[in-house]
Amino acid sequence: MHDAELQGPFARLLDDMADMAAVRALENGAPVAALWQALAESGFLDALVPEDAGGAGLSLATIAPLIETLGAQGLPVPVADTMVARALLGGAAPRGPIVLVTSQALPVCGARFADHALVDDGRTLVLSPLAALEPQATGVQGSSAMMLHGRAQGPAFARPDGGLRPVAAVVRAALIAGAGARLTDMACAHANTRVQFGKPIGRQQAIQQMLAVMAQDMVGARIAARQGASRGLAVPVALAASAKITASAAAARLAASAHAVHGAIGIAAEYDVQILTRRLHEWRLADGSEGYWAAVLGTARLQSAQTTVDWVREAIFG
Amino acid sequence: MFDTLTLAQLPQQDEDLRPVVRDLVARHVAALPADRRARSWQGFDASFSRALGKAGLLGLTLPRAYGGHERGPFARFVVVEELLSAGAPVAAHWIADRQSAPLIHAYGTEAQRQFYIPRICRGEALFCIGMSEPGSGSDLASVRTRADRTATGWVVKGQKIWTTNSLHSDYMIALVRTSGTPDDRHAGLSQIIIDLKAPGVTIRPIVDLTGDAHFAEVFFDNVALGHDALVGGEGQGWQQVGAELAFERSGPERIYSSVVLLDAWVQHLQAAGRSDCAALVGRLTAELATLRAMSIACTARLAAGESPVVEASIVKDRGTGFEQELPQVIGDDLAAHPDQPVGEELYRTLLYVTHVAPSFSLRGGTREILRGIIARGMGLR
Repeated sequence: MHDAELQGPFARLLDDMADMAAVRALENGAPVAALWQALAESGFLDALVPEDAGGAGLSLATIAPLIETLGAQGLPVPVADTMVARALLGGAAPRGPIVLVTSQALPVCGARFADHALVDDGRTLVLSPLAALEPQATGVQGSSAMMLHGRAQGPAFARPDGGLRPVAAVVRAALIAGAGARLTDMACAHANTRVQFGKPIGRQQAIQQMLAVMAQDMVGARIAARQGASRGLAVPVALAASAKITASAAAARLAASAHAVHGAIGIAAEYDVQILTRRLHEWRLADGSEGYWAAVLGTARLQSAQTTVDWVREAIFG
Repeated sequence: MFDTLTLAQLPQQDEDLRPVVRDLVARHVAALPADRRARSWQGFDASFSRALGKAGLLGLTLPRAYGGHERGPFARFVVVEELLSAGAPVAAHWIADRQSAPLIHAYGTEAQRQFYIPRICRGEALFCIGMSEPGSGSDLASVRTRADRTATGWVVKGQKIWTTNSLHSDYMIALVRTSGTPDDRHAGLSQIIIDLKAPGVTIRPIVDLTGDAHFAEVFFDNVALGHDALVGGEGQGWQQVGAELAFERSGPERIYSSVVLLDAWVQHLQAAGRSDCAALVGRLTAELATLRAMSIACTARLAAGESPVVEASIVKDRGTGFEQELPQVIGDDLAAHPDQPVGEELYRTLLYVTHVAPSFSLRGGTREILRGIIARGMGLR
């Protein structure tokens, strides 16, 4: 299926069911059931499930733009996590939202909306009811991330080589790319309309230079995320590392620049910028920050006698 | 925004060019010390350029009728990547192959194509670009060098500066004013091919802070040229230069200028058994991978027949930032281990790249100019 054929209906579904007002409502405790029902009926949740198991049989590369769309909506619900989990679980997936859990040391994004968690315990993947993990709110304003202190309990599934973290990192990178693109659009629109000193601030070179760097971070994060998604759900570690290092580093800069361009209004709760920048910071920290993946990638790189370009070509572009 | 600048793949048939390049590199380049290889596209070796021509690695994108190879921008990406990542001395043919031949092919007359392109493809006609002048740096539209019509063709008066490799080149393609005054800005500018052996041309090399003299001042004292010196349309110089700069800004040369240093440092770390800086190595490796993907994405736009001026500026700005960061962080890392001996070759390479690095974001358009171009592409101004 062509990208545009998928993305159009998906974006329309999200615009109908999960616009910024709906995202605000979800953050304030509104139930996710109606949105989830619509997503389930649309078939998108089974996009990655093989056709013989009743899914659409699409590749991670094909749906990467959909994950970016989820990011651009600032949706805190674990839709992309569930898509990946449903593919890994074959026909055994429960109906509701599932979060991917690659660490219990930090809060898990989207856990507040999840019924289940697919937990990588280092040996197997365990499909656990969320309640068994004793979820606990973080107290962070508007956050759907929760600490999961309990032990995963439930059926075990085969753990992919390298575990769940590489694919989870690529999902997070694609979400960052989508939110970053939306913020870049918003910052440009604001710069073209906000007048100070008698002209739109977008005519100031200082603002233009900042927005040009946002464009580089936005494009870089998108390309890196799509490369991460280019080889299926069994994401090679080097590929995941490159995607998440680039996207996470960009996330912090994109959030900072979006706020700098918008001025005080950007940090006001009533304005949408802060929804997306809060999401960027959460996704940056989830499933390994740029520093975590940099150590992983550098350790692998230092074990090879190849030149850097040759190593990158084989390990990442392979 | 910039939706078409997205993940693209190098076709296998173009990947197949790598062994041909590697063979040449092994014979001509591999034995050179790292501080020589770090000069990369400043390294001048006319015999190496002719060897590349002989091996069919120049004029890759041009028609066979002119000695080219009718392959696309992806083939050129592969060849250039192999040459630059090895630190091959490519300066002699660099501008002719990258910009002059495509420009002459796109805008020149049939006679100009026949005259220049086959020799460029053999690595025998070397070109430089005359854009900057003492009073015209980033503000290129203010050039004052004039070419005026005469009964027999053109007469050129004026001066260019910072023209890379002009001392060793056969020809310059210069941006000159053919009508009006500098106040007319973009109107009245044309591109003209100047035979640098013509009477009235004086070239004075300028030594840079590394001791190299790759650029020069070039003076034109009533240089008489034929009618066929004009390339493209009279008064179309500004548009032609814009298209030409897209070639200049999009390639892998904008990400690999410091890669010889990166490799020398990694070898040093491996020999010393150091793993404490794995995160730094990883961060730099990821940035190189992302830039490579961005550069291939830009090459894909060229392959689709577009002139990706804004996209190329995005790649160049980010790429030169990476190229400039490398000597900075590698210098810090080496000196953060004052009891770990650093080889002389690595030290010379580090300091060469450190000193020359400011030029990375000057040549081919400064960082600030590029960001202005990107901002315009984003709908600002």
